[in-house]
Amino acid sequence: MENQAAANTEAPEEDYWELRLYVAGQTAKSVAALANLQKYCEQHLVGRYRLEVIDLLVNPQLAEGDQILAIPTLVRKVPVPIRKIIGDLSNEERVLVGLDIRPAGHPITR
Amino acid sequence: MLPKAPSGIDGLDEITEGGLPKGRPTLICGSAGCGKTLMGIEFLVRGALAYHEPGVLMAFEETSEELAANVASLGFDLPALQAQKLLRVDHVHVDRSEIEETGEYDMEGLFIRLGYAIDSIGAKRVVLDTIESLFSGFSNQAILRSEIRRLFRWLKDKGVTTIITAERGDGSLTRQGLEEYVSDCVILLDNRVIDQITTRRLRIVKYRGSTHGTNEYPYLISEDGISVLPVTSLRLEHKVSDQIVSTGISALDEMFGRRGFYQGSSVLLTGTAGTAKTTLAAAFAQEVCQAGGRCLYFAFEESPHQLIRNMLSVNIDLEAHVREGNLMIEASRPTLNGLERHLVTIHKLVRDFQPTAVVIDPISNLISVGNVNEVRSMLTRLIDFLKVSNITGLFTSLISGSMQMDTTEEGVSSLVDTWISVRDLEGVGERNRGLSILKSRGMAHSNQVREFIITDKGIELLDVVVGPTGIITGASRLVRQLQEQAQEVSARQELARKDRELERRRRVLEATIANLRTEFESVEEEFRQLNNEEHDRQKGQVMDRVKAARAFSPSDTSTPNNQQPNS
Repeated sequence: MENQAAANTEAPEEDYWELRLYVAGQTAKSVAALANLQKYCEQHLVGRYRLEVIDLLVNPQLAEGDQILAIPTLVRKVPVPIRKIIGDLSNEERVLVGLDIRPAGHPITR
Repeated sequence: MLPKAPSGIDGLDEITEGGLPKGRPTLICGSAGCGKTLMGIEFLVRGALAYHEPGVLMAFEETSEELAANVASLGFDLPALQAQKLLRVDHVHVDRSEIEETGEYDMEGLFIRLGYAIDSIGAKRVVLDTIESLFSGFSNQAILRSEIRRLFRWLKDKGVTTIITAERGDGSLTRQGLEEYVSDCVILLDNRVIDQITTRRLRIVKYRGSTHGTNEYPYLISEDGISVLPVTSLRLEHKVSDQIVSTGISALDEMFGRRGFYQGSSVLLTGTAGTAKTTLAAAFAQEVCQAGGRCLYFAFEESPHQLIRNMLSVNIDLEAHVREGNLMIEASRPTLNGLERHLVTIHKLVRDFQPTAVVIDPISNLISVGNVNEVRSMLTRLIDFLKVSNITGLFTSLISGSMQMDTTEEGVSSLVDTWISVRDLEGVGERNRGLSILKSRGMAHSNQVREFIITDKGIELLDVVVGPTGIITGASRLVRQLQEQAQEVSARQELARKDRELERRRRVLEATIANLRTEFESVEEEFRQLNNEEHDRQKGQVMDRVKAARAFSPSDTSTPNNQQPNS
């Protein structure tokens, strides 16, 4: 985490999130995951993220590229390194830790 | 009858009676280094090449490149198969550190990937290697277990023949104790080291809806892939030949009712050390080649050159046949390989060389590689294999002098058709070699122990000499022969003397006969003389009377009347 923090101080302009959510049809878990994700993004990453939803039932060939096994999977493409969060994203704290997002309203101690 | 998908793996289809269950999952489990992945890949490659069934390999542990490099040495060209759309390799990378879990999830992504890979090339075969890697990537075991169950179901519904590999666990077939219950067929691979020699074994633990071989079968990973070695003729129904092959020694041929061995039979040649087993075997090999056959000679004691040189000293020229390509000498130390490797080597060479006869010299050396049971089972397989192929097999075996004659160490005596025993006949101060036929199935044979000697012209069986205490050999034989010669000479002389005596008698008699004849002739002469004289005298009297009658005729007419009674 110290390294991450150092990286952030050096390149604050890369403070941008590119996210991909892999789902397979409109299952309950997928719908829940998408709803949860949109909620967190709007709360913590307003204007600093791009979210792409990929339905593997429509584009199955895309599963191989990101090594998708579990559904739903959220992939953080940017910033590197790639992180994956699987499940319906119901636990906000774990999602934020997983995406390395500092919750808004909590000033970063430097 | 359950439909089966032939694996194309050497021997496996015989044990499984046709192959793996078609459209169903099969589990291959075993510890590290057993060849699970290789068996899976071979299943796909053979399926693609021999049965035109495209396959998907989902590799959880190695990348596509690594796998291709690993099997390239076996002649499997995975990139080419991928290019021809006969194979698709999907490397699944699972890294715990990258993955955060929150809430409910399922493995639908895996299904979609696999489904896409299958559909893209129309695959009929799937290999999942090794699915338990998933357990290290995901923490929620309950989900994984139910998802793997669902995966097996899903694969069945897809109708693809699947192989799942799994690492062997403690006390159970797999670590997770799950796959073996949801698979329709379970093949257990085992890698055992006994006395520093590794043997790989395969066993079919279960096969739903089909009978199968239940034994442990040795298998090998050779240059051509995996070979499983089943007993090829479980039912003993091979066809037999009525042809006869000579033993290479005419006097030995004479001892058999039909002057040799049956083609395709197996011959065991046992003997103690130094009883010329190899020489007899080499004589047979030479005979096979001279008769236009092909012979494969496995020498476990001598190098080919040594064998050729040694046999040349007894006028058996093997080198000429080697040059002509009718004879192949394959020499190796028995300890070089495990038994199964030897067996596979023999199988492979027999297939390649197509011999009419195989000599293994000696089989007793193989004991050093395995225990008695293993050797016996290997030899059973070998003998069966040769019999089915109608190849005459000659095996030599060293037996220790103290052992009973009726049980060779390997216990192969009941398997072989002909058993020749050579042994030392040790007498006072000398040792001689004796040869006898213990059995010969399907033909009469001599019951005599024949002494034989090895000269620079080859092996010679000596005539049987029966002495006062039985058959005699060696020096006693020589003594006996000298005695006989002396007797014969004196008998001959006696005979000649009698002949001469007879001749003398004959001459004496003939002389006597000649004398008598001469005597008789003079007597005859004398008689003839007298006779003639008498004749003449009577003639003279008649004439005189006629004269007298004429003188008195004018006066006395009664004279003719008087004369009539006289005439």
